[in-house]
Amino acid sequence: MTNPEPAAKPPMERFELFAHGADVGVRGRGPSRAAAFAEAARAMTAVLTDPDKVKANTHVSVAVEAPDDELLLLEWLNAIIFEMATRDMLFSRFEVSIDDHRLSATLWGEALDRARHEPAVEIKGATLTALKVSREADGSWLAQTVVDV
Amino acid sequence: MEPQKFVQVSETEWRVEPFGRMRVPAIIYADRALIEEMDDKVLDQVTNVATLPGIVRASYAMPDAHWGYGFPIGGVAAFDAEEGGVISVGGVGFDISCGVRAMLSELSVADVEPHKQALADALFASVPAGLGSRGDIRLDDDEMTAMLSGGAAWALERGWGEAADLERIEEHGVMPGARPEFVTEKARKRQHREMGTLGSGNHYLEVQEVAEIFDAAIAESFGLSKGRVVLCIHCGSRGLGHQIGTEYMKDMAVAAGAQGIALPDRELACAKIDSPIGQRYLGAMRAAINCALANRQIIGHLARGALSRAIPGATLKLLYDVSHNTCKEEPHRINGEVRNVFIHRKGATRAFGPGHPDLPEGLKHSGQPVLIGGSMGTGSYVLAGTRKSEEKAFSSACHGAGRRMSRHQAYRTWKGRQVVDELAARGILVRSASSRGVAEEAPGAYKDVGAVVDAAENAGLSRKVAWLKPLICIKG
Repeated sequence: MTNPEPAAKPPMERFELFAHGADVGVRGRGPSRAAAFAEAARAMTAVLTDPDKVKANTHVSVAVEAPDDELLLLEWLNAIIFEMATRDMLFSRFEVSIDDHRLSATLWGEALDRARHEPAVEIKGATLTALKVSREADGSWLAQTVVDV
Repeated sequence: MEPQKFVQVSETEWRVEPFGRMRVPAIIYADRALIEEMDDKVLDQVTNVATLPGIVRASYAMPDAHWGYGFPIGGVAAFDAEEGGVISVGGVGFDISCGVRAMLSELSVADVEPHKQALADALFASVPAGLGSRGDIRLDDDEMTAMLSGGAAWALERGWGEAADLERIEEHGVMPGARPEFVTEKARKRQHREMGTLGSGNHYLEVQEVAEIFDAAIAESFGLSKGRVVLCIHCGSRGLGHQIGTEYMKDMAVAAGAQGIALPDRELACAKIDSPIGQRYLGAMRAAINCALANRQIIGHLARGALSRAIPGATLKLLYDVSHNTCKEEPHRINGEVRNVFIHRKGATRAFGPGHPDLPEGLKHSGQPVLIGGSMGTGSYVLAGTRKSEEKAFSSACHGAGRRMSRHQAYRTWKGRQVVDELAARGILVRSASSRGVAEEAPGAYKDVGAVVDAAENAGLSRKVAWLKPLICIKG
């Protein structure tokens, strides 16, 4: 008996990278703010390595707050960058919940393995450039910004 | 950008007279081809900077200007604190005091060739590079505070480097006015394993050959001769600097409104220099400058060790260490009087001309060395500051060429292995922890730095002295 295929991700949840001169933009989309934020985080991992190469076997908790949605995205991504830098970890799965402008999350990942992950660059910080959190015409959420590498 | 959007003052000077909320003109130094190649955001950003309170004379952009964070990369702007001038995190960058250190060997290319592989391996083994690489140096809280105050002088006292190094570093190796108490626990924690590490991305350590001399007299006073081997280090303040940039970027974005600063673009987050948050950032930023100076001092020491192991008896003398992401308080002549102003050089290099009092004796006649990093393929340049640069752009020059294509595009165009092999065929050895990183840094991904330095010379910002060709490239 073969293993069933893992359930396909709902088409509304996805991440992408976008071009920005010297650095790179990360963008997440999802049916909710939290889902879009989770996808933006996954996009950030994709700057470094293929997120599918990152096993989700260790977790770290994170909580941030900010005066508005966009600064909340900034705080969220910068909190992940801090955890990656200080724990030498990469993360591939993000369980996010947002209440007003307070975010709490569990980051799932593993210790950085330079040979296996072959990280391309180091992310210095998330910037205010192209920073946007918005509800699209189809009701989905978009969360994006440029990260400095 | 379309040249018609500017008033062309000369072959290399393009001006936008104040419109809207601009307080001063915007001036871009570049030739026509470079202007046409520049992205449109440069015009937006250089004119946006011109709207900020307390800006003096003009908002400048260097020949290598490109899209940055509020400020263009290659942006220069000075502010007078007494006129409500501001300090901007984006005007300094996330890699505070990123810069280049050039060190001279006594060796010729012929001396190095038989040892090239061994030297490349020794350097790669000695200098940690790339994400996740760890330095061996651990600083407790007191030592970190000492480092943040003492910069390269602190490093020297701890045994890294030579006494003669200090006068060949900006600020003589110690940035005054550093306030370690404004550097957060998180920033210290992020630096914990990063002292003496190179970082990644466009950072590098290169062994290079002086391939061409443009100004024989200045080259001689710098100690550069054709065929001589030099070593250059390009990196900054590591995790500590990045964390400071991150934290204050957000704090200023929140605070700017409260200070009544109308930001044309939130990325221009800034604060009045004479405000509590402005002073905290200034103190923290100066501490980060010391971190970068200490880091390059340590890496210079590690490089000396690796070189002498690969080629016994070989030594390195420091030519100069420049920074290209800073905000410094400097005296400048504005409308006939000398005023202390806060100069942001974002992706721009200080370029003091001959006679400047801050230069050490050995460089007073020639002017300050200006070190311009190129790609692995195009090589790098050594320039010299000019007196003219003072009136042109507060003694500033470019810092590098900027990318021609995005990292993503580069990674799709080249494979790391292919880049390494092609460079090896040209006699350039690449050592890197990341194949994808090498692809993203492929020479073809960068613009032609030669055109940039030519324009900088024609604009009077600096004088071309020498062209350096890479022999060994260590990348993170």
